[in-house]
Amino acid sequence: MAEKKIRIMVAKPGLDGHDRGARILARCFRDAGFEVIYTGCHQTPEQIAAAAIQEDVDIVGLSCLSGAHRYLFPRVVEILKEKGAADITVIGGGIIPDQDFPSLYDAGIKAIFTPGAPLDTIVQWVRTNVQPRNE
Amino acid sequence: MTEEFEGMEQLRKIRAGDVRTASRLIRNLEDELPEAKSAIRRIFPHTGRAHVVGITGSPGAGKSTLVDALIASFRKREKTVGVLAVDPTSPFTGGAILGDRIRMQRHAEDPGVFVRSLATRGALGGLSKAVGDAVHVMDVMGKDLILVETVGTGQQEVEIINHSHTVIVVLVPGMGDEIQAIKAGIMEIADIFVINKADRDGSHQLESELMSMLNMVPEFQGGWRPPIVRIGNCFEPGPFGESLEELAAVIGDHYRRLVETDLLGDRMRRKTMVEIHEALRDAILAPILKEMTESGEMEEIAGRLLRKETDPYTIAAEVARRRLK
Ligand code: B12
Ligand SMILES: Nc1nc2c(ncn2[C@@H]2O[C@H](COP(=O)(O)OP(=O)(O)OP(=O)(O)O)[C@@H](O)[C@H]2O)c(=O)[nH]1
Ligand SMILES: [Mg+2]
Repeated sequence: MAEKKIRIMVAKPGLDGHDRGARILARCFRDAGFEVIYTGCHQTPEQIAAAAIQEDVDIVGLSCLSGAHRYLFPRVVEILKEKGAADITVIGGGIIPDQDFPSLYDAGIKAIFTPGAPLDTIVQWVRTNVQPRNE
Repeated sequence: MTEEFEGMEQLRKIRAGDVRTASRLIRNLEDELPEAKSAIRRIFPHTGRAHVVGITGSPGAGKSTLVDALIASFRKREKTVGVLAVDPTSPFTGGAILGDRIRMQRHAEDPGVFVRSLATRGALGGLSKAVGDAVHVMDVMGKDLILVETVGTGQQEVEIINHSHTVIVVLVPGMGDEIQAIKAGIMEIADIFVINKADRDGSHQLESELMSMLNMVPEFQGGWRPPIVRIGNCFEPGPFGESLEELAAVIGDHYRRLVETDLLGDRMRRKTMVEIHEALRDAILAPILKEMTESGEMEEIAGRLLRKETDPYTIAAEVARRRLK
C-alpha cells in the first residue's frame, strides 16, 4: 500500500495580492511531505470551497494581508459546511489583529498565524491536528 | 452497513456525479487502498463513454493555460469536462506542489467541470499510477470529455498514449532543438500538434520543420495526418479564442475519425492491455516481493549478488520455479 499523504490547499481570498507568504508556505508544506494545491490570488470563498472539495483536501490554509479576513475566513467555513464538507479543517494567517482572534475561532477557524510565525511551528500544528482523510 | 451496500452506494453517487465521493475514490486509488480495487471492479462495466484527451509537452509550454481555454470552449458546446492534472512529486521529500489548477480556477464553481490534481508519486512516465483508474471514475461520473495534463515532459514520458484517445503535443518556439526532442519519442505519439505562443519568433520555422518531418512519414494510421494548430498569445483574447475554436474542432474531428476507422477500439484495447499488465503485476509480483522483503530473503539475495556468488537472472529463475508452480 502506498503512503497516505496530507493534502492541503493554500488559497488567497479576496483582492489581496500579497502572495509571498502563501508561496513560502506552499513550498514549506511540500518540503514537509504534503501534497499542496496552490490556487493563487483573488479567489472568492465560493471558488476556494469548491476547489477544496474537488481536490479532496484535508485542510485549507487561507492567507490574507489586506484586512478582509473578518468576512472572508468565516465565509469559507460556512460554505464548506453547507456543502457537507465540515470535516475539512480551515486555518488562516496574515495580518490579523489579536482582537479578531476570538470571533474567527468562534466561526470555526482552527488556528491563526501572524507575521513572524516560525514555519516549523505551522507544519507541526498541521501534523498534530490533521490526519490524512481526517481519520 | 455491509461493504456491498456501501459499494453500491458509492457507485450510485459517482454515477450521479457526486464530486466528493469521486474525489475520495481517486484518493483511495492514489493511496492504493484495497477497497479502491473493489470500487473499480464495480464501476468498470459502466466506463467507455468519455472522450479522453491527453495534453503533453515540455515544462512551461502552456499546457494548463490551454486546458483552461479548452474547458471554456467545450463548455460553450455544452459538454461536461473532467480534468486530471499531474504535477511531479519531489523525490527528496515526497511532497508536491500541484500548481496546474491555478490557471483553471475560473471554472471552479461550474458544476459541469471537475478538476482534480494528482502528484506523480514516483511514477516515471509523466503521469501518476492512479491516472488510468481516475479516468474511469470521471468517465462514470458522465463527463463527456476528460482532459489529462501530464507533467512537463522531456522525450521519454509517453505513458499518456496508454490512457488517451487523442494526444495533443504542445510545442513552443525558441526552445532550441525542439525537433530534436520530438524525434525521440514524443513525435510518434501526437495526434495533434499545437504550436503554442505562436506570436513568438521562430514559430514559422518550427511549423515548417514539423511539416517536413510529417512529410517523411510514409503512411498515417487511419489516414490521419496530425494537424498542426497554431495558438496565439493567450493574453490577446480575440485571436487566442479563434485559434482555440479551431483546436476544439480538430479534437472533435479526430474523435470522429477514430470512430469511423475503428481506431477507437485499438486505443481502448491499448489501455486495457496496460491495465491487465498492471493488475497482474499487483496480483502476482507484488505479493512475492513483499514476502521476500519481509522475510529478509531480499537482503540475503542482495548480499549474494554483491559477493558475486550468483546473478540476477539465476535468482529470478529460482524464485519463479519456487513460487509460480
Ligand atoms: C512585501 C509587502 C508588499 C509587497 C507584496 C509582494 C508580494 N507579492 O507578496 C507589495 C510591495 C507589492 C505590497 C503592496 C501593498 N501593500 Co504590502 N506589505 C508587504 C510587507 C512589507 C511584507 C509582507 C510579506 O511578504 N511578508 C513576508 C511573508 C513571509 O509573511 P506573511 O505573508 O505575513 O506570512 C507569515 C505569517 O503571516 C503566516 N501566514 C500568512 N498567511 C498564512 C496562511 C496560513 C494558512 C498560515 C498557516 C500562515 C500564514 O505565516 C507566514 C510565515 O510566518 C507587509 C508588512 C508586514 N510586515 O507584514 C506590507 C503590508 C501587508 N502591506 C500593506 C499594504 C497597505 C499594501 C498596499 C495596499 C499598499 C498600497 N497602498 O499600495 C499594497 C496592496 C497590494 C495588493 N495588491 O494587495 C499593509 C496592510 C495593512 C492592513 N492589512 O491593514 C502592510 C501590513 C504594511 C503596513 N504596515 O501598512 N506589499
Ligand atoms: N506569451 C505567452 N505566454 C503564455 C501563453 N500560454 C501560457 N503562457 C505563460 O506560460 C507560463 C506557463 O504556463 P502554464 O500553462 O502553466 O504551462 P504548463 O505547460 O502547464 O506548465 P507546467 O505544468 O509547469 O509544465 C505562464 O506564465 C503562462 O502565463 C501564450 O500563449 N503566450
Ligand atoms: Mg501545467
